Amino acid sequence: MDRVCERLARIVGENYVSNMKEELYIYSQDPGMMEPREPDYVVMPKTTVEVQKIVKLANEEKIPVIPVGGSLSLSGLVIPHKGGIVLDLKRMDKIIEVNERCRYVVIEAGVTTGRLKAYLEKHYPRLRFSIPDAPPSATVVGNIVIHGQGHLSQQYGFNSDMVTGLEVVLPTGEICKIGSCSVSPYWFSLAPLPDIAGLFLGWFGTTGIITKLGLRLYPRKKLRDIEVFIVEDPHLVPDVVYRVTHTEMAEDIFVNAQPYPPIFKDIIMMGICITGDSEEELEFKRRMIWNVLRTYIDSKEGGFMMTTPDVKRALLEMPITGTTRFADVMKGGGFEYCGPIIPVEKYPEAYKKLLELSSEYGVTYGNTCRVIGRGHCMMFAFGYPFNRADPDNMERTKKALHESNVASLDIGGVPWKPEVPAQKMIMARMDKNTLELMKRIKRFLDPNGIMNPGNWEG
Amino acid sequence: MYRKLVLTLSDFKLKFDQKLCETCPTYDCLVRCQYMNLDKEVAKIEMQKMVRGENSFVLYRCVTCYACEEYCKRGNHPFYLISDLQEKNSILPMPKPLITQWINTGIPTKKDIREFWGAVEPVISLCLFPEYINSIEGKLFEGFSIVVGRYFFCQLAYLHFGRPSIIRERLSSIIENIANHGFQEIVFFHDECYSTFTSYTQAYGIQVPFRSVHLFEYLYGRLRELEDEISPLNVKVAYQRPCSSRLAPEKEHFVDDIFNLIGVERVEREYDRENSLCCGGIIRGQQRYDLFVDVQRRNVVDMVNAEAEYCVFNCPMCFASLSEAVVKRDIKPIMMHELCRLALGEVIKS
Repeated sequence: MDRVCERLARIVGENYVSNMKEELYIYSQDPGMMEPREPDYVVMPKTTVEVQKIVKLANEEKIPVIPVGGSLSLSGLVIPHKGGIVLDLKRMDKIIEVNERCRYVVIEAGVTTGRLKAYLEKHYPRLRFSIPDAPPSATVVGNIVIHGQGHLSQQYGFNSDMVTGLEVVLPTGEICKIGSCSVSPYWFSLAPLPDIAGLFLGWFGTTGIITKLGLRLYPRKKLRDIEVFIVEDPHLVPDVVYRVTHTEMAEDIFVNAQPYPPIFKDIIMMGICITGDSEEELEFKRRMIWNVLRTYIDSKEGGFMMTTPDVKRALLEMPITGTTRFADVMKGGGFEYCGPIIPVEKYPEAYKKLLELSSEYGVTYGNTCRVIGRGHCMMFAFGYPFNRADPDNMERTKKALHESNVASLDIGGVPWKPEVPAQKMIMARMDKNTLELMKRIKRFLDPNGIMNPGNWEG
Repeated sequence: MYRKLVLTLSDFKLKFDQKLCETCPTYDCLVRCQYMNLDKEVAKIEMQKMVRGENSFVLYRCVTCYACEEYCKRGNHPFYLISDLQEKNSILPMPKPLITQWINTGIPTKKDIREFWGAVEPVISLCLFPEYINSIEGKLFEGFSIVVGRYFFCQLAYLHFGRPSIIRERLSSIIENIANHGFQEIVFFHDECYSTFTSYTQAYGIQVPFRSVHLFEYLYGRLRELEDEISPLNVKVAYQRPCSSRLAPEKEHFVDDIFNLIGVERVEREYDRENSLCCGGIIRGQQRYDLFVDVQRRNVVDMVNAEAEYCVFNCPMCFASLSEAVVKRDIKPIMMHELCRLALGEVIKS
């Protein structure tokens, strides 16, 4: 065991630190396209104080620190591009508090979406959070850090908009609370204080390590159902979304297009979830949504799909496991998507580009979009499964992903959780003063440049 | 020895006797329609328009329940005529994307198996319902080979979509594929398949080189062989009649025959037998939401009022469409062959 390893072991205990090749390998990659790179050490702290000590050690040793949750970004955001210490937060898995009346939860950084979902279902069946369509091993904090979206995003915005408070270990080792929890025992909101949570959201761990999170919870209705509206013409999608969001009857709205199986070929599906505490409430909402789309039905341009109970069950899953199954449709263990956040009105252009790229590079595609806010924007996934055992397939997929990022920016969108090359594309187009501000913030918070280096580096 | 059966669209000629319609004393085909309230005079006018190949509001309001094929006791084919005219006049019973979706659904993919060379008679075709493979077991189906998938899909569903030409384009290769397996006789799980290879092909003058067996006819015969092993179920059931059974009404007596054999009581209700209501699936697909809700509600309330404990289905699509609604009223949905298996003491996997 080398010197750094010994020092880490003194902080977390020997069982929770490693520089063994087989363990470093696990942290060297994710299922996406980014080149693997092994860290030098992996450490699994249990407490915020242990995280603090590790960060101080890293500063002394000038070693990079990469905070890791579920490692499921698919875009290499926690691949240690410059080696260093991977700080795996999975042992910090306490659900600290649920305030039922104020509808918020306080959790540690390693709590997974699957665990929080199960916990709430068992102990607080009237509460829920915005579950992303990631595998249940994704951490809630990891999803927040990348501005994730979930099943409540149409109603309440990005999952990061639902943050009520943070505990952060700064890159220089200070422990800092943000939001009402900084002056009160309650974690109810970021307001009315100056909002500095944004210093840690969307930065991919380059400005600090979130160790605790306060998150809004929402009413969980007894019943859920789904209506699936389908069209052939992508130009109709923005207006359908506009009409349905205007009703304020929908919980989640997603848009899917994929060439397989045949029932999905040549059509665009818009899943519109509704919830209610009674059949009457569901029926009222269902009728409102049917009524608002009546003109498209009468013109025969669109209609509600005939769904079987099995299809409904699959579409109502949280997370939708079909997404994960599709990820391995090429049977090669590879999947990555470019998922820009775009104006909903740009859906037709993005869809057209996706089909062009799929055809040009001979790669299959899956397109999943989620409406965020009342049509304020949407995540548009240019999704490409690929076969890792087929270098040619990988190369073509890489090109398609690159082109997807370029197209996203060209149409006015911004790549979401971008891999390092896409971050550079974004920064190349970014307002210069904004970019300079980002650099200053990073230098100010992380003077030694140890936090997840390689990311957001202009 | 692969036989090619090449049918062209012009080989399909609907046997429709115009004179039968002109001299019809009842016009029951339209008068008895449960979804259009027409008196005999209006029915006569509209039917005669259609016989002349002209447009009619009937073509727009038809829910495609096939019932008029049964209501016509003179052997004419009013529904096939309606369907042909819908396509001729470019009348879409459903929105275009739903039609596209269903047309694509019938196209074989790489995953579909064309040749089940190991299959030997007795053989049953599961049409496009592979989810029922595991239910084709037990004493009723001992020794059966199963064929399934798009190469065995009868295509008749396109009658609901106003696209009968799709049936004609694809049917010859389906018939050819079944025949080339050497099957002399095949049991059809879905009575839409049975009706395709009997009623539909006969109406259009197409020869089918194998014998089609209706599932219920087979079940009845097999249950007779196993009569000593039947434990009467002593339950009350409602039967949900599917649209395609209207094309083969001569097989309907097997429903009662089976129920008698397995000791279930078919409850007396308003919407049964010739007066059956559609499951609602196609009506919803036609985007007639109010009608869909009304039809399903009347149907289920009728079952509840008759104190049915089970709703017995013939068609998997009806099951998919109506099962949630009956479950909400504490009625258990079950497919007929599974009910029969229960009577033989077999356990049905959910």
